[in-house]
Amino acid sequence: MSATRSDPETLSVLDRPNSYIGKTVPRPNLDRLLQGRGTYVSDIELPRMAHVVFLRSPHAHAKIMGIDVAAARRMPGVIAVVTGKELAVVITPWVGVLSHLKGLKSAPQSAIAVDRVCWQGEAVAAIVATSRAAAEDAAEYVAVQYEELEAATDMRTALDPATPVIHASLGDNLAFERIHEAGAVDQALAESDAVVEANFVFGRHTGVTLEPRSVVADWNAAEARLTIYQGTQAPHMVQNIAALHLGLRESQVRVVCKDVGGSFGIKVHIYADEMATYALAKLLRRPIKFVADRVESFNTDIHARDHRCKGKIGVKRDGTITAFEIDDLTGIGPYSMYPRTSAIEANQVVNLVGGPYTNKNYRARARVVFQNKNVMCQYRAVGHPIACSVTEGLVDLAALKIGMDPVEIRRRNLIADDAYPCASPSGLRFEQLSHHASLTKIVEMMDYQMLRAEQARLRKDGIFRGIGIASFIEVTNPSAAFYGVGGARISSQDGVAVRLDAQGSVICQTSITEQGQGSESLTAQIVGSVLGVSMDRVRVILGDTDMTPYGGGTWASRGAGIGGEAALQATKVLRQNILDVAAAILQSSPAELDIVNNAVVSASDGAPRIELNELARIVYFRPDTLPPGIQPELMATRHFVPREYPFAFTNGVQAAWVEVDTDTGFVRLLRHWVVEDCGTIINPQLVDEQIRGGVVQGLGAALFEKCIYDDRGQLTNANMADYLVPMSGEMPDIDVGHVVSPTRESELGAKGAGEAGTAGTAAAVTNAVNDALTPFETIITEIPLTPRVILTALGKI
Amino acid sequence: MTAPVAISLSVNGERVEARILPRLNLADFLREHLKLTGTHLGCEHGVCGACTVRVGGEIVRSCLMLAVQASGTAVETIEGLSDSGEIADLQAAFRDRNALQCGFCTPGMLMAAQDLLREKHMPSRDEIREHLSGNYCRCTGYQAIVDAVEMTARSRVESDA
Repeated sequence: MSATRSDPETLSVLDRPNSYIGKTVPRPNLDRLLQGRGTYVSDIELPRMAHVVFLRSPHAHAKIMGIDVAAARRMPGVIAVVTGKELAVVITPWVGVLSHLKGLKSAPQSAIAVDRVCWQGEAVAAIVATSRAAAEDAAEYVAVQYEELEAATDMRTALDPATPVIHASLGDNLAFERIHEAGAVDQALAESDAVVEANFVFGRHTGVTLEPRSVVADWNAAEARLTIYQGTQAPHMVQNIAALHLGLRESQVRVVCKDVGGSFGIKVHIYADEMATYALAKLLRRPIKFVADRVESFNTDIHARDHRCKGKIGVKRDGTITAFEIDDLTGIGPYSMYPRTSAIEANQVVNLVGGPYTNKNYRARARVVFQNKNVMCQYRAVGHPIACSVTEGLVDLAALKIGMDPVEIRRRNLIADDAYPCASPSGLRFEQLSHHASLTKIVEMMDYQMLRAEQARLRKDGIFRGIGIASFIEVTNPSAAFYGVGGARISSQDGVAVRLDAQGSVICQTSITEQGQGSESLTAQIVGSVLGVSMDRVRVILGDTDMTPYGGGTWASRGAGIGGEAALQATKVLRQNILDVAAAILQSSPAELDIVNNAVVSASDGAPRIELNELARIVYFRPDTLPPGIQPELMATRHFVPREYPFAFTNGVQAAWVEVDTDTGFVRLLRHWVVEDCGTIINPQLVDEQIRGGVVQGLGAALFEKCIYDDRGQLTNANMADYLVPMSGEMPDIDVGHVVSPTRESELGAKGAGEAGTAGTAAAVTNAVNDALTPFETIITEIPLTPRVILTALGKI
Repeated sequence: MTAPVAISLSVNGERVEARILPRLNLADFLREHLKLTGTHLGCEHGVCGACTVRVGGEIVRSCLMLAVQASGTAVETIEGLSDSGEIADLQAAFRDRNALQCGFCTPGMLMAAQDLLREKHMPSRDEIREHLSGNYCRCTGYQAIVDAVEMTARSRVESDA
């Protein structure tokens, strides 16, 4: 246990007068977005800026026999038409592997395909013109000769000898395999009173950020410097990768990230078309803008969760879970994504299955295979919805088999709240979780017994309602164990610099980024509280590699827990520095002084001594009046990364109350509850809204969202009319409750909250649908739960 | 492609004359020609609602309307509604309730919400959800938006009383 926690006998820095910690305050600077005056990348225009449109392959797998660009080059407004071969002169290919994922393999990927395309939507040429419309016009005149190759699209046959190997140099289509064995599974299953098996099927879906991926890349040939304006979650990662593949030093690349129209993990990766845009800027020596349209977003934004998982659970008559066994298969497209790789999702499934429970017997296999479909990679709550659906689906099946209530079987198997620290059978280490407190709370919130009575009453009238419960754990605050140890240059530490300006306000530069979660707000709340200034005096600067300390950014639920702690520690130093100066000015001692409401006051009675703006005036303009030997440092920088635990696990439980129309197969969401434990809550409203947004994203996956491919690898629903997302009309109100177990690894005590909502939703809804359909003796283990899936299960179609 | 044609319209109360290609849609005209970038493009096929503006008092998808069709009309965008103060209370409710995260849907969402509140003084939560069901928000899960619209309706009714 780390010893950074303050003495419990004294007030922590978070308990100071007028603290903003734990308070709902509006996020700063929202008027910009409310008035339509934000700066999203799609809004940016630079002098001499040209627009790039990518011609994309209509085939899932084909050889490029020739590209004739002559006619396109003659079109009005066209500046250049660039093929993969031509672009390869300025940018090198990459391979998406990490050394800690043993055996993971992938093939070199180019910014633009050179002699072969491996999925429908891979770029084969870039058309650069004075406007996007002109570039699109010209794209029609690029003639590409393809020789179509057989496409490997079904993950179930990817490893069959008859299936074509997508990358001959790799030998087969197996990208990664992990096998894990803990305890004595066979013996445990043999000694069980019941063993239940099921095949879980998950629809491939995607993030559908409302603002598509966008980038403006500006190469200044005279400065030999590339400025990349991009809606990214990880500016320093983009800086490193762009520099590496363009043959530049990192100092020659600046990444600026202003407003971002949604990310959810979609915008944390390096995409080939974005790399191509950087390269085109360098090649053509001018600013180039790329904004994906919606069709290419569906075809090229990473997809996720395309898994088929066989699961098995053993249980005793008293409800004791004896073992979990899973065999997971996932198809990731033709390349492992760069630089985070496409093996993490399956790896997480192996890590997380069974995680909430005391059971020690666990066997898992996960296989990750290549396909000629769009790439898959990390998307909000990576792997969690799969692991949670499998685990919680199996637990409900076991309960059904032995005739036990779903709440009761969980009570009997969840790790006790006083059993921590402990570890899971997959080796995850838990510092402090609160499964039982959370379950107790949600049962109260939803009035479980009343709902059960209502369910029984309505069933007599032919109305089929169901309750679904899903306990979950969530990975947050990742240390270097996630990526750094595997060789990726993705920072797990974050930095914050705070300084007092000449009017006594605070400027805070942080390496975490904002995509609407509230990074700016939580940073200002922490700085204001620790320093003793009002939030309107704190200006937070994020998203600029020239302007902020070096750090990871915002992903994997790390902004508050890691960036927030760095802000806290930096502000403590600034506060001490200010008190040192104040003591010199006031001929007092720092211990006798405090900072409250933008002024230095006497610690004993709160009497005002000197306003911060007056102190700043003296320091910056009349340092000659300070005592000799005093050199004020009104700027402080601190960095933070968790060291004790590789991840700060959070936990929670979700419950769904649904009604299934057995004639139409429609599922109506009546109510949804979540209790979660993210440790210290900095801003309750922001946490609740992260949870709600995450739940609705999970509801989309549970009920609607699926990228539908045909067997030739054609994505057949690449538009928002055919790919359904949750809209306000179908979504329920969501009640959110909290249990608070702060992590002791930081003084702040915050863990992440961004992904908990998405982690358990599909599991809760699927369990609720199965609960509703109990009278029909059918079990559904496939999402999305479309009317077709439900009516098929009911034998009606 | 045909030759540019002249259009004349009012945008946020300002007279605008322009020569544009007939194929230019209203959203691109507002964003690229007038630099009114508050009108956002999410799908460019009329599903997501991010590009919602008011034309002649009615809300429309500006990605589905040609700019030439707007000639002779009065167009209002989020910038206009913000500057006139017409939706200041709605914007404040969105801010206080955190009814926006990334903010990309927000201009269109505000347009659609104000349209409802002009039609109906005290809509039910279901009516609010129904009226906003053509505006996609990936961040919030909608509940905070419904709350903010409901709060605004209530305070407008109370201040009218």
